[in-house]
Amino acid sequence: MPLNPTVAVVTLRATLGRRRALLFAIAPVILIVLTLVLRAGRPPGTLWPERVLGDFGFSVLLPLTALVIGTSVLGAEIDDGSIIHLLATPVRRRDVIATKFVVASVLTMLFTAVPELIAGLIAPSGAKLAFALFAGALVGSVIYSAVFVMVSTVTARAIAVGLLYVLIWEALLANFVGGARILSVGHYALGVANAIAPDQALNAGLSLATSLVMAIVVAAGALVLATRRLTSFAITGDSA
Amino acid sequence: MTTPHPAPPRPATRAVLADTIELRNVSRWYGNVVAVNDITMTIGPGVTGLLGPNGAGKSTILHMIAGFLAPSRGELTVAGRPSWRNPRVYEGLGLVPERDSVYAFLTGEQFVQSTARLHRLPDPDAAARRAIDVTEMADAAGRKISTYSKGMRQRIKVAAALVHDPRILLLDEPFNGMDPRQRLHMMDLLAKLGAEGRAILFSSHILEEVERVASTIQVMVAGRLAASGDFREIRRLMTSRPHVFSLRTSDDRRLAAALMGRPDVAAVELTGKGLSVRTTDYGAFTRQIAVLARAEGIRLRELQPTDESLESVFGYLIGASSNAS
Repeated sequence: MPLNPTVAVVTLRATLGRRRALLFAIAPVILIVLTLVLRAGRPPGTLWPERVLGDFGFSVLLPLTALVIGTSVLGAEIDDGSIIHLLATPVRRRDVIATKFVVASVLTMLFTAVPELIAGLIAPSGAKLAFALFAGALVGSVIYSAVFVMVSTVTARAIAVGLLYVLIWEALLANFVGGARILSVGHYALGVANAIAPDQALNAGLSLATSLVMAIVVAAGALVLATRRLTSFAITGDSA
Repeated sequence: MTTPHPAPPRPATRAVLADTIELRNVSRWYGNVVAVNDITMTIGPGVTGLLGPNGAGKSTILHMIAGFLAPSRGELTVAGRPSWRNPRVYEGLGLVPERDSVYAFLTGEQFVQSTARLHRLPDPDAAARRAIDVTEMADAAGRKISTYSKGMRQRIKVAAALVHDPRILLLDEPFNGMDPRQRLHMMDLLAKLGAEGRAILFSSHILEEVERVASTIQVMVAGRLAASGDFREIRRLMTSRPHVFSLRTSDDRRLAAALMGRPDVAAVELTGKGLSVRTTDYGAFTRQIAVLARAEGIRLRELQPTDESLESVFGYLIGASSNAS
């Protein structure tokens, strides 16, 4: 994948600047604190680790953190117009998208998959489930990042559109309408986790093969569309 | 000079193309609104001002040249290559956008170095130093851009646009928000860059700015090219146009009769509130009106030009251009 180190450095500094890392850390801290509180207050043997780490982790922590980071790496620059300085150079647009996508994926992994692993190791459900959730969150971080980078190139209201998608599609329809799971990034992540540590309480609706194939298709499709959109980037709101 | 816009001859060689922007019958519309209407122009070495009132289509033209808008119709090339969906055109092109948004968390030096790296220059640090020196930003280069004044931001943007030594430089309203000293500095810089043989195209809605720095101008009005060519010729056309003054006097009717005898007065109208006088010689009329009134024993209570807005100047140019064609 053609990455541009200069784009990566500037993107990282822009994304993590102004103490934004603290904002990204809020949800992971909630997950870990919740796990600590539940471990201290509940007897072992109940299904709370799967509910907290699977449902909260994959339906709330993962998509919302990916949304904030995925739309920050590109959408913020498009919003404030500073993207012009990047696009007024011969850098290929696909390199820009690929770099933004990798930066978003790595940051999302850092703020979702790593906390999932830590919380999983704290919970009394065993290391195997912890690593399964970690692997699922890694896959989810990559796919969500591709989707939200793409959304940034399609609409100026990326956060609002992404939030509606997460709350209505991922958190509601995908969990209650069986057919919707085939197009649910959260369920691709759960499918991977469930394949490593099979557990009915995870409510995984897709097999490993289906999850991986769909994950690749969705990520590749999102990145191709994002590249096309950025290649045709036009300055809007022109006063002529 | 001015007026019709005959198709310019096509540059013959790559060397000439390297610093040439060509638009042929370019139009751009948004739905039913035509922003730019059938523009043909060639921009070559030297400083060219793209002049016109707000909303005339200047930014649309610059955005199309910069590859950030597709022409709805026509052909547009920069250094012989179409700019839309073609980032490689920036190998020989620099852009200074109007919007003030830069990576404010970087220092000026880091910003210019980053741009040099994006251009894959062999020695980005040296290229950045050179561009910063050219824009006289060396003293402030170590400070974060967030601490810069408007003029300094503009100059560091110019440094970034120049870092790869482009043959063509586009600047969108580069003097906006600058104080007079910063404005003069930027004018000197553009003049210097133009004298080096680069093609410099900048937009402005202020006549005096363009007059000070551009040798050639393209005048845009309502999406059309109203005039193009040597600035002095267009300036002469602008100053020789009819001017309208409104007057209030102690005896409008008698002054009207006296004015009609003057060769520089084309028309006089009693408006009820005073006089409306159309003159073909701005200078002679303003020098002589007081003398004439005193000779007639008439008191002048008010004298003011009524059509000095840029729009009216440009509107006149459009009329002149249509009549000539």
